[in-house]
Amino acid sequence: MPEPAAPLAVEVRDLVKVFRLRRSPGIGGGRSAAKTIVAVDRVSFSVAQGRSLAVVGESGSGKTTLARMAVGLERPTAGQIAVGGRERRWKHVGSRERRRRAREVQIVFQDPYSSLDPRQTVGRCLDEMLRLHFDMDHARRTERIAALLEQVGLDERHAAAYPRALSGGQRQRVAIARALACEPRVLICDEAVASLDVSIQAQVLNLLSDIREETAVSYLFISHDLAVVRQVSDEILVMKDGRVVERGQTDRVLDDPADPYTQRLLAAIPRPGWHPVADPESDLVTS
Amino acid sequence: MATAAAIAEIAAPVRRRRHIDPVIVGASVLIGALVVVALLAPWISPYDPNSANILATNQGVSAAHWLGTDPSGRDVLSRLIWGARLSLLGPALIILIATTLGTVLAIASAWIGGLFDQVVSRVMDILFAFPGLVLAMVAVAMFGSGPIAPVVALSIAYTPYITRILRSASLRERNLPYISACYVGGVPARSICSRHLLPNIFPLLLTQAALSFGSALVTLAAVSYLGLGVQPPTATWGLMVATGQTAILAGHPGASIASGILIIVTVVAFNLLGDRLANRHAVQGL
Repeated sequence: MPEPAAPLAVEVRDLVKVFRLRRSPGIGGGRSAAKTIVAVDRVSFSVAQGRSLAVVGESGSGKTTLARMAVGLERPTAGQIAVGGRERRWKHVGSRERRRRAREVQIVFQDPYSSLDPRQTVGRCLDEMLRLHFDMDHARRTERIAALLEQVGLDERHAAAYPRALSGGQRQRVAIARALACEPRVLICDEAVASLDVSIQAQVLNLLSDIREETAVSYLFISHDLAVVRQVSDEILVMKDGRVVERGQTDRVLDDPADPYTQRLLAAIPRPGWHPVADPESDLVTS
Repeated sequence: MATAAAIAEIAAPVRRRRHIDPVIVGASVLIGALVVVALLAPWISPYDPNSANILATNQGVSAAHWLGTDPSGRDVLSRLIWGARLSLLGPALIILIATTLGTVLAIASAWIGGLFDQVVSRVMDILFAFPGLVLAMVAVAMFGSGPIAPVVALSIAYTPYITRILRSASLRERNLPYISACYVGGVPARSICSRHLLPNIFPLLLTQAALSFGSALVTLAAVSYLGLGVQPPTATWGLMVATGQTAILAGHPGASIASGILIIVTVVAFNLLGDRLANRHAVQGL
């Protein structure tokens, strides 16, 4: 159970994101038929410092939009996000403010093949973050880069490598190192292991829990993989169509789901004796 | 921390040797040689390119005049060597201005988006409507003949080509997670554009510059040929084709042909270079 005294790393209240899908306006500039999609619908949650929250749900349930809003890549339609007790503003976010926020929240993306600049070596990628956020001389930065690489299970030799010379797992480790370079309070992992194969997945997950023990960073873990979620999260939030349908301690939700959607989500995990058409009402079996 | 299973993952990074393309090397050497010849013109040209000798007009190939003489009795080889200066400098300036302007506009459009992007795109569409040659002629009509007006006009004419292609490439890069990661990492917008976006579209930029160079060289030669650009007696390849043609009917096509061939060879070299760079970029893009 979370200690009630633990300060909140992230607090999200009634977050809403509406996307307007606009059909391309005609040449005459006629009124375009706008269609709106509610990607995130009044979602609230909080993560205490050093804790880990998983957001699960099928594709299109709004979990990635939630992550993108938390790091400032998307602007919420309504609702508040507070990080480290500070309310987020959305207008006129300058360079300095963005740099400050970078030290609060970092993100690791799903695809390790496109989340690193192909024209930048691993060392220069980490160096860029260190230069930006800390006042360190060259020697200190080199030292810190070596320490970061070691922390994610790579070694100093990798600093000179370009991403194309690295495997998917190695790249994801670099992406994690880049995120950690800012020393954030919160690390968001948006399907961070989904594109890795299973043995590498396990290594990266172990790495993430090691890092949590070492740095007391909080995790927001976006995933559709319930086995992954059980391994890394304290609490869990189940989303469907932008809404939270169930929340609670990970073990409780996964072992004794209350909501019918969570039950179906769990029933859709392949296991011995599992059959895809076991639940005719489920719309999950196609995934 | 590194478990036994993780050791396999910590293998040394692979280094692959770049494949060397003989066409790229060949074209680059040829272009490089032309540039060197242009730079060394005062020292390597056998005659003064402008000294006419009416006793030795329309001569054929000989030991004294390797490529013969033109209708005014000037040494063709010397004129080709001196002509390389303006013939290459013109397109070089055009491409320099057009790619600089085009790249800045393309990246700014892709990054800022919205109304700015719309306005830039529409202005480029309008510029597309004017062929470079027409624009150059209008500029000459307005500002008088000479080297400057056609160069400025063609710079403007080539900008939309560069802008359009680089804009779509920038837009594609901009939406990749590595740019988002920079943004989340607090990297200032200007640095994201100059240190991440620009290097990643650079191979495409180089390709476009090389291809446009060939085209600009021909167009500028055409402007010269029409007598709208550099004025005689200054030697440029385009002008040499024009002044040599009076001798063609008289059975002395040498001067026109020599400069025409040089134009073709140079353009083909630039096009091959651009083409191969594009291929290599496409392969790397996978």
